[in-house]
Amino acid sequence: MQAIQVLNLTKEFNGFKAVNDISFSVEEGEIFGLLGPNGAGKTTTIRILSTTLRPTKGKVKVWGYDVKTDPDDVRRSIGIVFQDQTLDDRLTGVENLDFHARLYGMDKKMRKKRIEQVLKLVGLWDKRNTLVKYYSGGMCRRLEIARGLMHYPKVLFLDEPTLGLDAQTRHIIWEHIKSLNQREKIAILLTTHYMDEADILCNRVGIIDRGKILVIDRPENLKNLVGKDIISMKLSSPEKMIKLVAGFDWVKKSELHDGLLYLKVTKGDEKIPLLVNLAQKNSINVELVNLRKPTLEDVFLHFTGRTIRQEEGSTRQRISMRLRSWRRR
Amino acid sequence: MRKISFEAIYVLWLREIKTFVRARSRIIGNIVQPFFFLAIFGVGFKSSMKFATPQMSGIDYMQFLVPGLIGMALLFSSMFAGLSILWDRQFGFLREIMVAPVSRLSLVLGRVAGGMTTTILQALSILLIAWLFGFRIKGGASFFLSLILMALIGIGFVGMGVAFASKMEDMHGFQIVMNFIIMPIFFLSGALFPLEGIPSWLGFLMYIDPLTYGVDGMRAVMLGISHFPLAVNFTVLIAFCIVMLTLGSYLFSKCEV
Repeated sequence: MQAIQVLNLTKEFNGFKAVNDISFSVEEGEIFGLLGPNGAGKTTTIRILSTTLRPTKGKVKVWGYDVKTDPDDVRRSIGIVFQDQTLDDRLTGVENLDFHARLYGMDKKMRKKRIEQVLKLVGLWDKRNTLVKYYSGGMCRRLEIARGLMHYPKVLFLDEPTLGLDAQTRHIIWEHIKSLNQREKIAILLTTHYMDEADILCNRVGIIDRGKILVIDRPENLKNLVGKDIISMKLSSPEKMIKLVAGFDWVKKSELHDGLLYLKVTKGDEKIPLLVNLAQKNSINVELVNLRKPTLEDVFLHFTGRTIRQEEGSTRQRISMRLRSWRRR
Repeated sequence: MRKISFEAIYVLWLREIKTFVRARSRIIGNIVQPFFFLAIFGVGFKSSMKFATPQMSGIDYMQFLVPGLIGMALLFSSMFAGLSILWDRQFGFLREIMVAPVSRLSLVLGRVAGGMTTTILQALSILLIAWLFGFRIKGGASFFLSLILMALIGIGFVGMGVAFASKMEDMHGFQIVMNFIIMPIFFLSGALFPLEGIPSWLGFLMYIDPLTYGVDGMRAVMLGISHFPLAVNFTVLIAFCIVMLTLGSYLFSKCEV
């Protein structure tokens, strides 16, 4: 079964199309990422999927329930971790989870068992009776993920799960997301504007920009699609090597920089042994081989003509102003 | 969705109580303010002021002031409880509540139940302070009636707070409500001075102030003096509660987060 089905979804705010005719689906147990800059329409999409915003056009089904006609069934099937913090910091970790569990109608025995389970899953069991106002940013985020899992949701939404966290904390959160996906067999839809995050976590990635999904595929495929891998080699006689590889059609480009030979190739990992063998057969000494894979950053650049960071600076202010004017309606 | 969930009402009530008990500075502030009112205002006016009307003979200003101060505390803390939706919106917690599979009506009722309870607790603490100043209620029955009046005032104003909070985008509206709604309601309620012998334009404003009936009702049951018959006070307050609960639930159900 498909955990999420989105067909020709459009959301307009005063004539502005925040989400413009997008379609995608998320399979059971899959981690699907929507990757794009701020204001691309990621959060709007999540808000529609979580029934807090109504779609203008299109069909949206979560766990088989239509968001328009069965919002309550949708709400029971999903867990959400919002972009902004949504904990009550005057309550303890356990109290926040207990509050949530009661709202979702869980009985006492189940609540107790599940609170222990999810707190241990995110590594906060020792801090369970501490008031949330004494938690660090990373701990809050982990508690929110735990809360999103409390009521055994079938689908979990993570809206920018590591926004504003330091590198170390981000890695911890990623580990937790991966392990819960495996242990709970839960479908996860996450939005992010971090390339590395989408790359590390997602089975499939949809690149979204200005309300449109440009492409959906596995991260590896996306990267193979745009870029050639770059192999750099330090050799005893690089000039000789250039001549040797000139005949191969999988070598798209060869350049010599600072004594290093750079080769743009397809499927670089398979080509390293070939190149090394070739060098040795021709008695060229190989001192160093390095392979750089294209990143999703390159993919984004390929599809939009801009890097995601450029986008950040120029449009962030404009978008936040636009958001504010929507909210004022 | 349309059903009322008692579990949801209970858990919202529980949250209100827990956070109330933990906010020590708020509790102290709520007790200190009426203490100053009684100790300075009450004692100060008591010695220099005598009520002219025969009905009020034998009542000193301190006694007169106590139901007014209770009304004031009820108004402030219940409006704040309703407006606390703004804080929840600001700190994001409102979203957590709004995506739960629980009807909006249950959410409003839970907030009203919690706000009403903490409000009554504060009113009772004022009553205790007043008791230290020599204030006495006539008996068990009037204490019980006072509790009902407190509950009605609490429910009505929490509902009003919810209604305002649902229409406001952020915290900026709070000061406006404070200055243009809460303060006039307090000053016009007859909490500080009697309704007798005031000019008619002021009287009109006081008559449309719902808190007037609350304070007058409490004076009736606590002191045996009142401007309106007690039945009128009760009727107006009950009507006020119904209107505010309906309005609050309606506006809250329409609001987006």
